[in-house]
Amino acid sequence: MNTLQKIEQDHLNELVAKRAVPEFSPGDTLRVHVKVVEGQRERTQAYEGICIARKNSGVNSAFTVRKISFGEGVERVFPLYGPIVDKIEVVRRGRVRRAKLYYLRDRRGRSARIAEEGMNNANDGAKE
Amino acid sequence: MRSGLVAVKVGMTRIFTPEGVHVPVTVLQVDGVQVVAQRTQEKDGYSAVQLGIGTRKTKRTNKALRGHYAKAKIEPKRKLVEFRVPADKLIDVGAELSAAHFVAGQFVDVTGTTVGKGFQGVMKRWNFAGLEASHGVSVSHRSPGSTGQRQDPGRVFKGKKMAGHLGTERVTTQNLKVVSVDEAKGFIFIRGAVPGNPGGYVFVRDAVKKKLPKEVPQPAGVKAAAAKAEG
Repeated sequence: MNTLQKIEQDHLNELVAKRAVPEFSPGDTLRVHVKVVEGQRERTQAYEGICIARKNSGVNSAFTVRKISFGEGVERVFPLYGPIVDKIEVVRRGRVRRAKLYYLRDRRGRSARIAEEGMNNANDGAKE
Repeated sequence: MRSGLVAVKVGMTRIFTPEGVHVPVTVLQVDGVQVVAQRTQEKDGYSAVQLGIGTRKTKRTNKALRGHYAKAKIEPKRKLVEFRVPADKLIDVGAELSAAHFVAGQFVDVTGTTVGKGFQGVMKRWNFAGLEASHGVSVSHRSPGSTGQRQDPGRVFKGKKMAGHLGTERVTTQNLKVVSVDEAKGFIFIRGAVPGNPGGYVFVRDAVKKKLPKEVPQPAGVKAAAAKAEG
């Protein structure tokens, strides 16, 4: 391990000790509690959607959450270990066969659904 | 003005502060930086400290330099540099400087040798606009265009910006903020980028255009163990 990797690992351990990261993967529905600063006050805001991508790169790791807000697709990229994220909740596990679910961007409604993990209905798979 | 420090650029990373802000930082390592010699007004005509960094095998050091190090009673160093300082800011020979020479929140100027880019055209080297993408321009989209006038003056002026070698040049980046300092490990975390490749040597000095905070050690941040051994 070189010097820089060691520094990053130390910083990562520090961040994880403050806020643990649950295990999740693309396809899962997440509720991300984001810290929002309004003037002097700080509060948390929940952002719920499907995780469509994860970038695994040590302290630079990030994940993308997509949701449909008022008929418009919204994607937010969060730093996995950043303190701006107060908490990550896994609402539902999805069964998918891709690491990046960018194909969901071209889908609307029924075809944009993802089957739940463990459900044994082959017809209702991730790719309909 | 205090002496500066010579350090090795380790590379860049990011830090999340407790307030939740992301800070891009460059990591510099201060490892085995010792004062090898002093230059004084009486003897040399100017006053400065000579610092050495890193280690070099004795058998790879030539005889002249071995004698120089023997005079200071320290192991041979990889690199020697000088910092001009006023006479009252001279540091004792043999003292080991630490990263705590700088304090978090202060501003520094960092000098280094930039990354070599080879032979580059005028667009990259001098930020020329190049020629148009269409309107009849053919083949020469990235060309410099005209380099001068007509028969009068009938020549290209000296200093005309043209294509050529870019990089591997001594550059100072001013007013970089010190985010934090790890004295035990010898790391200095500086906000933003500093010139040079990872593994290259850089000179870190107090910023000349910013006020120096009161809590910086004077005349230098000397390692505790080294200071005790001397005193």
